[in-house]
Amino acid sequence: MFSSAIIVFREVLEAALVITIVMAATQGVARRMYWIFGGVVAGIMGASIVAALAEQISMAFEGAGQELFNALVLMSAVIMLAWHNIWMSHHAKELVGHLKSLGSGVSRGELPMYFLCTAVGLAVLREGSEVVLFIYGIVASGAGLVSIISGSALGLAAGSLVGLLLYKGLLKINPKQLFTVTGWLILLLASGMAASCAGYLIQAGYLPSQQPLWDSSNIISQHSIFGQLLHVLIGYQDRPTAVQLLFYVGTFGAIAIGMRLARPSPNKTNRQANTLSQA
Amino acid sequence: MFRSIVVSGLACIVLSNVAQAQTQVFELSIQDHTFEPAELTIPADTKVKLKVMNQDKTAEEFESYDFNREKIIPGNSEAMIFVGPLKAGEYKFFGEFNPKTAQGVLKVE
Repeated sequence: MFSSAIIVFREVLEAALVITIVMAATQGVARRMYWIFGGVVAGIMGASIVAALAEQISMAFEGAGQELFNALVLMSAVIMLAWHNIWMSHHAKELVGHLKSLGSGVSRGELPMYFLCTAVGLAVLREGSEVVLFIYGIVASGAGLVSIISGSALGLAAGSLVGLLLYKGLLKINPKQLFTVTGWLILLLASGMAASCAGYLIQAGYLPSQQPLWDSSNIISQHSIFGQLLHVLIGYQDRPTAVQLLFYVGTFGAIAIGMRLARPSPNKTNRQANTLSQA
Repeated sequence: MFRSIVVSGLACIVLSNVAQAQTQVFELSIQDHTFEPAELTIPADTKVKLKVMNQDKTAEEFESYDFNREKIIPGNSEAMIFVGPLKAGEYKFFGEFNPKTAQGVLKVE
């Protein structure tokens, strides 16, 4: 039971953190929970389909189908997150104005939720399909249903708890700075996903395999709980290669430049809006 | 630093495409949630292909923290994984879905 709890926890954690950041980034948006919940449900359904088609996906593209699929899912999520941040930069001023009137019954502008909702769905899809395959495997091996269900529930609960703690922490941030912080979190999350995407393309032989640039696994193992949190939140890897670092830096730079270009011209913005869009 | 990474990255893309044609293949199978052979020797500083055949009915996730690979292999099917170039040494791998029994070592010489 405990071993299945750990595996489910590991898989759930990444999706839980993505959902958490999206929830913090959409404070004040009307009906945001419907969107996020919709993303989670679509992700779970997608995960079941992906798990059912695992063999076909694996065998596609001369055995590189799974890597290409993962790379595609990650890249799509990166684009959605980038799009959101650039949109936020463009509308920073209205959002600050709006946040002041929070609680006055007005919903926050027309922040398009579908970018973030899609990013949530993709995160759930990717991690969820592994959980489905794993649980199917232990069910098929004849292990007791009670231990599988309780183990999975424990892992799910632990992953959600970590997400909840992060969410509570983020809500303690002064509302004026909240979107600066969530903007940074989304920027780092997207950069880390791009580096993971490169990892899949390397494994499939589409990008060059190299010796890692460094090995910091004895300082912070990427597979310890702390290391995994860092991996999801800022894209930490204990043995990255140059290509992965290039994807990380390139994505970070491209989104940051996009956000800067999207920012309204300075004569129209006030100081608060500037501080916000720096994220 | 950034430029040298870009240049070395591009150089490697060209080189790896050239080298791909003669990549050596090493075979590994999964039976009853164990690897066979549990110890596999591959050459150092060389990119190789691992062909992992899962003969169990259930899926397994081939995973290595030491050489940074993870791939789900559905039941009764096989997967190709590019590995290396690695420095000489021992690199552990395992089946994430059955870590108690599915343990193996890649010996790089």
